[in-house]
Amino acid sequence: MSVFAFYLFAISVITGGLFTVISRNPVHSVLWLILSFLSAAGLFVLLGAEFVAMLLIIVYVGAVAVLFLFVVMMLDVDFAELKAEMARYLPLALLVGVVILMQFALAFGVWESNAAAESLRAQAVPVDRHNTEALGLILYDQYFLLFQLAGLILLVAMIGAIVLTLRHREDVKRQDVLAQIYRDPAAAMELKDVKPGQGL
Amino acid sequence: MAEFFTTNLGVFVIILGQCLLMAVFLLLSAYFILYADRKIWAAVQMRRGPNVVGAFGLLQSLADMLKLVLKEIIVPAGADKAVFFIAPVVSFALAMLAWAVIPFNESWLISNINVAILFVFAVSSLEVYGVIMGGWASNSKYPFLGSLRSAAQMISYEVSIGLIIIGVIISAGSMNFGQIVASQDTAYGFFGWYWLPHLPMVFLFFISALAETNRPPFDLPEAESELVAGYQVEYSSTPFLLFMAGEYIAIFLMCALTTLLFFGGWLSPIPGVTDGALWMVAKMGFFFFLFAMVKAIVPRFRYDQLMRLGWKVFLPFSLVWVVFVAFAAKFGWIGGIYARWAVGV
Repeated sequence: MSVFAFYLFAISVITGGLFTVISRNPVHSVLWLILSFLSAAGLFVLLGAEFVAMLLIIVYVGAVAVLFLFVVMMLDVDFAELKAEMARYLPLALLVGVVILMQFALAFGVWESNAAAESLRAQAVPVDRHNTEALGLILYDQYFLLFQLAGLILLVAMIGAIVLTLRHREDVKRQDVLAQIYRDPAAAMELKDVKPGQGL
Repeated sequence: MAEFFTTNLGVFVIILGQCLLMAVFLLLSAYFILYADRKIWAAVQMRRGPNVVGAFGLLQSLADMLKLVLKEIIVPAGADKAVFFIAPVVSFALAMLAWAVIPFNESWLISNINVAILFVFAVSSLEVYGVIMGGWASNSKYPFLGSLRSAAQMISYEVSIGLIIIGVIISAGSMNFGQIVASQDTAYGFFGWYWLPHLPMVFLFFISALAETNRPPFDLPEAESELVAGYQVEYSSTPFLLFMAGEYIAIFLMCALTTLLFFGGWLSPIPGVTDGALWMVAKMGFFFFLFAMVKAIVPRFRYDQLMRLGWKVFLPFSLVWVVFVAFAAKFGWIGGIYARWAVGV
C-alpha cells in the first residue's frame, strides 16, 4: 500500500516539476510547482516526517507559492517574446545545467558517510517520542544558537525589504483611522426635517 | 466476513465507507446551515426568509441546488478553461479534506494523526487557491480584483490564527484533537475548558475565522457593492454550487475548530450529563448561529481597516499572548491552568 502511495507521489513530483519547466503559461507553471510541493509533502509523510510535511504545505504552498502566484498573475507577459528569449538563453542554461551536474557527480563520487549514519538513516523516526517532539528537542537544545541566528537573518532580510520599498509619498491620500474613530456625530451630522415634495 | 476487513482491500473499503458517511453528513449540514443562515438573517431584518418551498421553506436549499445543477454552464470566451473548472473543485475538495481529522467523539474520526491541528491549518491555508485560480481563470476585472483581495486577506489572518492555535497547543502539549479535548476534561466542567484561560484569544479566533472564510463583515473578495460578486462573477451552475458548498463547509469547519480548541469538543457542559457527539454538533450549531448573527448585524469593513486590524492589532496581540502562555505553562502560573500537558514532558 505504501509502495503504491510512494510511486503515486513520486510520479506526481516529477510530472509537476517537468510541467513547471515546459509549461508555456507562467501561471500554469506556478500551479504545477504547487502540485510538486504537495506531492513532496506526501513523500515526507511516507518517511514518517509528518511535522516537516505539514510545515512544507503551510509555509511553501500556503504562503510562499501564493505570493509567487500573486506576482506572476500581475505580470503582463508576452508569451511569444518569452519563447524567443528562451531559445536565446538555452545554450547558457544547458551550460549551467552541465556544470551543476558535474559538481554533483564530483561531490557524490567521493562521498564518505559517517559510520553511524547508516543506522540513523534506517530509523528515521525515533521510537520513544513522536516526530514533532524530537525535532523540537534537537532545534531548541542542540542547535539553539543556530536556530536563533537563522531567525535573526530572516529579520534582517525583512527589515531590509521594508527599508528598500517603503516610500512616503506626499500625494497619496491616507486614511487616519484614529481621527475617523474620534469624529463627533454632533459635529459631523446635521438632521434636517424635509417636507415631502421639497428638496433642501 | 470479518477476515475480509483486515485485508488491504477490506481496510480500503472501510475507509471509503467512513469518507462517504462524513461526506453525507457534511452535505446535509451544509444544506441545513445554508437554510439556517438565510432564516436567521431574515429574522434579524424582520423578514420571513425562505418559506414557500416545503414546510417552513425547509426544501428551499434543495430547490436552489436543483436549479443550479440544471442550469447551463457558461464559460467566458477568454477564460483559461482547465483552471476555470479546476478552481471550484479544488475549493470544494479542500473544504471536505480537512474533516478527515476532525473528531466528533472519542475515536469517532476517520484518521487519528499526531499533527491533526497542523493538517487542518495546512488545508485551510490551501483554500485560498480555489479563490485565486477562479478569479484569475475568469479573465475578467472583478473576479481578478476579488481574488487578489482574497489572497492578501487570507494570508494576513492565517498568521494570527496560527499563533492563537500555538497558544492552545502549548497548553495542551499535543497537536492531536483527542488529546486537546482530553486535556480540557477537568473537575471544573464548563469552566475547565480553554475558553477561560485563553479568553481574549477566543474572540480573536472567532474574528479571524470570519476573515479566513470570507464571511461578513470581511466578505471583501465578494463585496457586491464594489466587485459585483468578486471571484464568483463568471461562475454559473454546478461550479458555482461547488464554490458555495465549499464556502459553507469551510465555515462549519471553523465552528468545529472553535468547539474543539476552546469549548471542550464533545465534553458535556453540565456535570453528570454524558459526553457525546451530540454536544459537539450542538456547540458547532451554536457557533454557526453566531456567524450568522454577525453577518446580519455588522456592516462590512473597508479594505484598509481589514489589513490594519489583521497586522497591527491581531498579530502583535496574539504574539504577545503566545509568549505569555509559554511562560505561564512553563512556571505553572495561576494554579497551572495553562499547563495541562496530555503527553509526558
